[in-house]
Amino acid sequence: MISDILTTSFIVGILASGIRLATPYLYASMGETLGQRSGVLNLGVEGQMLLGAFAAFYVTFTTGNLWLGLGAAIVVGAAMGLAMAFVTINLQAQQGISGIGFYLFGLGMSTLLFQMTMGTVETVSGFSPIHIPWLSDIPVLGDIFFKHNLLVYGAFLLVPIVQFVLYRTNLGLKIRAVGENPEAADSLGVSVSLVRYITVTLGGILSAIAGASMSIATLNVFQQNMTSGLGFIAVALVYFGGWRPFGVMLGALLFSMVSALQLRLQVEGVPIPSEILVMMPYILTILALVLTVQRVRAPSALAKSFEREG
Amino acid sequence: MKKWMSTIDFAQIIDALLPVFATLAALALGAVMLLVLGANPIKAYGALLEGAFGSGNALAETAVKAVPLLLVGLGICIAFRANVINIGGEGQMIMGAIFGTVVGLVMVGGPGWLVITLALVAGFVGGAIWGAIPGALKAYFGVNEILSTVMMNAIAVQIMNLLLRGPMIDPAQAELASQIPQTAALEQAFRLPRLVPTRLHLGGAIAVGLAILVYILLWRTTLGYRIRAVGQNPDASRYGGIRVRRQIVIALLLSGAFAGLAGVMQVYGLNYRMITDGSASGFTGSAGFNGIVAALFGQLHPIGTIPASFFFGALLVGANKLQRVMQVPSSFIIALNGLVVVFVVSSEVWRRRRQRRRQLATTAKAETERTVFTGPEVTS
Repeated sequence: MISDILTTSFIVGILASGIRLATPYLYASMGETLGQRSGVLNLGVEGQMLLGAFAAFYVTFTTGNLWLGLGAAIVVGAAMGLAMAFVTINLQAQQGISGIGFYLFGLGMSTLLFQMTMGTVETVSGFSPIHIPWLSDIPVLGDIFFKHNLLVYGAFLLVPIVQFVLYRTNLGLKIRAVGENPEAADSLGVSVSLVRYITVTLGGILSAIAGASMSIATLNVFQQNMTSGLGFIAVALVYFGGWRPFGVMLGALLFSMVSALQLRLQVEGVPIPSEILVMMPYILTILALVLTVQRVRAPSALAKSFEREG
Repeated sequence: MKKWMSTIDFAQIIDALLPVFATLAALALGAVMLLVLGANPIKAYGALLEGAFGSGNALAETAVKAVPLLLVGLGICIAFRANVINIGGEGQMIMGAIFGTVVGLVMVGGPGWLVITLALVAGFVGGAIWGAIPGALKAYFGVNEILSTVMMNAIAVQIMNLLLRGPMIDPAQAELASQIPQTAALEQAFRLPRLVPTRLHLGGAIAVGLAILVYILLWRTTLGYRIRAVGQNPDASRYGGIRVRRQIVIALLLSGAFAGLAGVMQVYGLNYRMITDGSASGFTGSAGFNGIVAALFGQLHPIGTIPASFFFGALLVGANKLQRVMQVPSSFIIALNGLVVVFVVSSEVWRRRRQRRRQLATTAKAETERTVFTGPEVTS
């Protein structure tokens, strides 16, 4: 039984689908990493993802153009990000709670729009897999890494980009300064508000792309509440990864590999109740948080509003 | 002097009304959304009001919806006073309901009052456990409670599905080989008394009573003092000899316990069995989230949460009418709830600004007075 399951194709299948499943986590958690490094906790990720997923799906469904769909998600994500930025930066609202508000808004609004415009579950032909020439011919590795759709490659490219921006650019220095000590950054002439506006808006855009990656690239459907908690996990992954892009990526991969494994075990009909299998990634995340959080310090100004003295 | 007193009262009234203004602003934005969707906002809000308050039964239904919101909201009030955010209401309601339902299913033929009491206690304990775990994780391992409570929600849903499709499944459903996760019905004697002919059950009175108890707990007991002290300044509290970690665990434990009560009351007061569609909201009706909204709206004060829960209960009941009469899906209300939350937390900025201005004014005044008094001393 066990030897039947543990074949090469089984393992390759899990690794490949794990990489695919990591895509939405990567987009959302890279955006969240930027936000949190600048001191803003965005708990509205899930809502932004849902609205992005709907916008991308609806526009693709009606126009048949995937790029227009992706563009629509980006516009919606930017709008949600800007709204979140205004509320947390200008109005200095409590970030955790306003995030829940944005989550509820996105959940309700995406469901509402779906019910008013389509009502039934439809499918689109999303971004199709691109076999990277030569590399995809490599046995085993080619199947695991080089036969994915464009948004999957984009997600993994995003990680070194965010790493580079955070640690090798002027903007990255400002982001980290604003997240660690906004008063000092402000006294040196860095606009705390502007930096946070940039990161929170980027976060909104990336969350929306994360949603789009589900609705027009991997699942190719839209259903109400289709993200079902994925956005909250993306936030957890940022803590898990210690606010470092590559750490966050490792977390996303670990989580999605376990998810892929449990999905596959369900298909194979392993005599473990499916509920226990579905539970596994969550228990694992909690354990991982227990083991990692203590060693890494969060950005000092995380979730704190900044206001100039006087 | 009299004039000064009256301005302070006026300022406090404005502060208290801020969430109301914020809600009106959110409703106005909701009206714009309705217009865009092609529905007449005046008719729509009219239908909503009628659905929520139009008859005695409508009022009772509003109260029925308010009960879990109030109970979850009370827990949120406690947690927030300790500066802890509990997003785990959904999971805590589920665990409370599971614990409570087991009592009713095991004690077949037992005396009604005893079974109901034990079930409520079990629900309290179930929710408490599911709150205490993230509490301990935060206090002793530094795990962010927002994240752990979200994970605990997902785990609770799976435990619920596992039990309701497995060992706790309704034997009638099992015979039909049905996949509907539900337990057998509770005995008639185990049902919470209702205000016939409505569905309003004893849980309503219990919840209001508990709101008063939570008020007393937070502001009239040592435990409440400690919880609030930890929330305001953990370092000073530690210096003052308060065991900060323990208070954080207690705050989340209590917070979860109240959500657990909300869960068990849904079973013993309304459905008389535990039933879901496989999702968390299939059992809770999202009360674990909406309770946060209600508590916020009630300014995180247990007494304020009573009318706030009633208000959001009205929105939920009115939403059904809105759907029937205007064909506006009830998901509109979820979006509207989100807007209300965002607007209400945003409106806090004006309270803080006014507070600061008042403080500045008093210090300035005190300084002027001091100059007047010390003036002659300096010259002499």
